[in-house]
Amino acid sequence: MTEPKKPLKKPRGKAQLLEGKCIACGARCQSACPVNCIEMNEAGEPVIDQGKCIGCVKCVKVCPAQAIDMYFTPEERAILDQLLAEGGAAAGEEEDPEAKALAAKLSAYRGVWVFIEQTEGEPAKVSWELLGKGRELADTLAVPLSAVVLGENVENLCQEAFAYGADRAYLMDAPVFRHYRTESYLKALCHLIDKYKPEIILMGATGLGRDLAGAVATVVATGLTADCTGLSIDDKRNLMQTRPAFGGNIMATIMCDKYRPQMATVRPHVMPMAEKQPGRGGEIIRESCPIREEDILVKVLEIISDRKKDHIDVAGAEFIVSGGRGMMGKENFAMLQELADELGGVVGASRSAVDAGWMPQERQVGQTGKTVRPKIYIACGISGAIQHLVGMQDSDVVIAINRDKEAPIFEVATYGIVGDLFQIVPAITKRIRELKAGRK
Amino acid sequence: MQVISCIKQVPDTTQVQIDPVTNTLIRDNIPFIINPYDGHALEESLRLKDRYRFKAVALSMGPPNAEATLRKALCQGVDEAILLSDRAFGGADTLATSNVLATAIRRLHKQEEVAIVFCGKQTIDGDTAQVGPGVAVRLGFTQLTLVDRIEELDITRHRIRVRRKLEGRYEIVEAHLPVMITVVRELNRPRYPTVPMRMAAAGSKVQVWDNSVLGLDPGSIGLKGSPTWVSRIFSPQREKGKILGNGLEEPRGAAKQLIEKLVAKDIIGTRY
Repeated sequence: MTEPKKPLKKPRGKAQLLEGKCIACGARCQSACPVNCIEMNEAGEPVIDQGKCIGCVKCVKVCPAQAIDMYFTPEERAILDQLLAEGGAAAGEEEDPEAKALAAKLSAYRGVWVFIEQTEGEPAKVSWELLGKGRELADTLAVPLSAVVLGENVENLCQEAFAYGADRAYLMDAPVFRHYRTESYLKALCHLIDKYKPEIILMGATGLGRDLAGAVATVVATGLTADCTGLSIDDKRNLMQTRPAFGGNIMATIMCDKYRPQMATVRPHVMPMAEKQPGRGGEIIRESCPIREEDILVKVLEIISDRKKDHIDVAGAEFIVSGGRGMMGKENFAMLQELADELGGVVGASRSAVDAGWMPQERQVGQTGKTVRPKIYIACGISGAIQHLVGMQDSDVVIAINRDKEAPIFEVATYGIVGDLFQIVPAITKRIRELKAGRK
Repeated sequence: MQVISCIKQVPDTTQVQIDPVTNTLIRDNIPFIINPYDGHALEESLRLKDRYRFKAVALSMGPPNAEATLRKALCQGVDEAILLSDRAFGGADTLATSNVLATAIRRLHKQEEVAIVFCGKQTIDGDTAQVGPGVAVRLGFTQLTLVDRIEELDITRHRIRVRRKLEGRYEIVEAHLPVMITVVRELNRPRYPTVPMRMAAAGSKVQVWDNSVLGLDPGSIGLKGSPTWVSRIFSPQREKGKILGNGLEEPRGAAKQLIEKLVAKDIIGTRY
C-alpha cells in the first residue's frame, strides 16, 4: 500500500525590501545572505535577486529596521494551496539539532552578576544602581544575584552589596588588586566567569568599567553592549539591551542570544539607586588569587585627585539649571548661577555652550557629556538636540524655557515656558526669593 | 619601529535628523568625518614620527568610501594608509571589528616592530569604547585607556609613562612596550594639512586589504563573527509636557505659574 510519491516541499517564500524602511545600517542583510543574492545600491539599500533567494529568512532576522519581509510568488502560493488541500500534514517543522546544541550550551550559564567598582576602597555608586536593576533581572529569571568584589581589604563591600540586593558575593581580596590594572582584574574576572558561568554581567560605563568590560568580552569571546538605558528579559531568557544609537538619534535593542555571558555596561545615574536594606545578609564566596604581582607589567605610580575644593558635580546634583546657545554669551550664565544658588543646585550646559567656550567641559550634559537625573532640570535657551535629551530625559521634572515654541526640548519638558529667558529666569529667581522671605 | 593609529570614518552624528512622519533617519547629505577622537590618535602617531622617526601607519576598517578619510591621513603625514575593506567584514560588532584590526596589525608587526597602537577613546556613532581594548587583548599589548598625556617614552628601555584621565582623578601609569593607547581630546591638537603637505602626499596611495590578504575565518568576522545584533531600532517615545502661561507677553505671570506648580507638587518650597 506504499505510494512512492515524493512529498511536496513547503515553499519558504522570497525576501523583499519594504519601501522607505531601510536605514542603510551598513549592509547587514548582505553579510547575512548565504547565497549572495543581495547587492547594495548607491544609497546603501539592498537589491535582492529573488531568483537566487532561497527563503532562509536570515536577512529578515538581521534587519534592525524591519525593512525586509517574506512573500510568496504565485507559483509558491499554488503549492501552498495544494498542500493545504492535502491536509497540510507535510508542513511539520523538523527539530533543528543545531538549535538543540545551542540551547544546551547556553543553559550551562546561570545567574546575574554585577561588578562592584571601587577605587582605593571607595565604591562607585553606579554599582549599587546596577544591583537594583540586577535584582529585577535575577527575579525574572529566578536565579541568584551576585556581586563581584575585587580589591584589597574590601570585604566590607560585600556586606554593602547584600544590603543593596545581592544574594551572593564573589570576593577576591589581595594586594595585587589594590590599584585597578587591566591585566590583574581581567585575569581575575575571566577566572570567575570560567568557573561559575553567569548568564548576565553588568558593569558601570565608567572609565574603569569600560576599560575592563571591553577586555573581558574579548577574552571570553562574547557580546558586550555599551551604555544601556534599558535592560529586560525576553520570553527565551535572553537579555534585551536597549541603548541610544547613531549618536543618540534613535534607540536600538541589541541581542546576544547565541553567546554567554551577556555583558552590558550602564552609565552612572541611568538606573535608579536600589533601596538599601541594612543588615540584609548573603553568602561570601572567597576565591584565592591566581595572579602574582611580578607577572603584571603595569605599575600605577601615582593617583592625583582632580576633585578641586570648589568641584562642581553636575552628575550628582539634585537641581540643575542648564544653558545653551540661547544664552548668547558667557557673561549671561551668572543669571543661571543665581537661580541655581536659590535652588541649591548647579549650572550645567549644552554642547553648543561648551563648544562656544562659555562653560567648561565637565559641566556638559548629554551624549558626550554627563548623564544626569536631578529632581529639577531647567533648560534655558537649549533647543533640545537629541544628544542633549538622552543625557537629561530621566530627570524627575524638566522645565524648558525657550523662545521657539517648536523647539524639541518642549517635547521632553514637564513644564514649558515660551518666551525670553532673560526676562523669565530672573522672574523665577525673584519669585523663589519672595517665597522664602514670606516663610521666614 | 612603527606606530599605528586606528581611525574610523563616521557620519557626523550631530547633523543626523529624524523624519517626523516616517520616524526614520534622514540620511541624505550627512557629511562623513574622521571620528574626532581618532583625529587625536592620528596626531599623536605623527608627533612620535616627527620626534623619534617612527614610521606612522593609519589603519581603518570600513566600506570603500572610507578611503577619503585615509587620504586625509596621508595628507597629514602618515607614511602608509591601509583600508581594511571586504563585504565579509560588513555588519561587524566590536568583537568582530577588533579581530580584523588586530590581524592587520599583526601582519604589519611581522614586517617591522609595532611600538604603540593609538585609538580614539570611543567613536561618536557607536560610543562603545570597546574596540581599543579588544585590539589590545588580541595582540597581547598592554592596554592604557583614556590617556591625556605621554609623560615619558624611553625607547631603549622599552618603557612608557602616561597620565590617564578618569572620573575625578588622574593616574600616572608606567608600562612596557608594546602598548595600545586610547586617547582623549586633551592630548593634542590635530594639525591642519597645509598645501605643501597635501602636495607631498599627492603620490601616495591608500592600500586596500581585503580578506584574501588577512585570511580570516569567515565565521570570526563581519556579521557572522558578531555575538551581538540589533533586533530593533525605534525612535524614543516621549510624553509632551504643558506650556505654561504666555511667556512672551507676561514673563512674570508664567514664572509665577511655574513656581505654583512646583510648590503644589511638593517639588520645591518645603525646605524653606
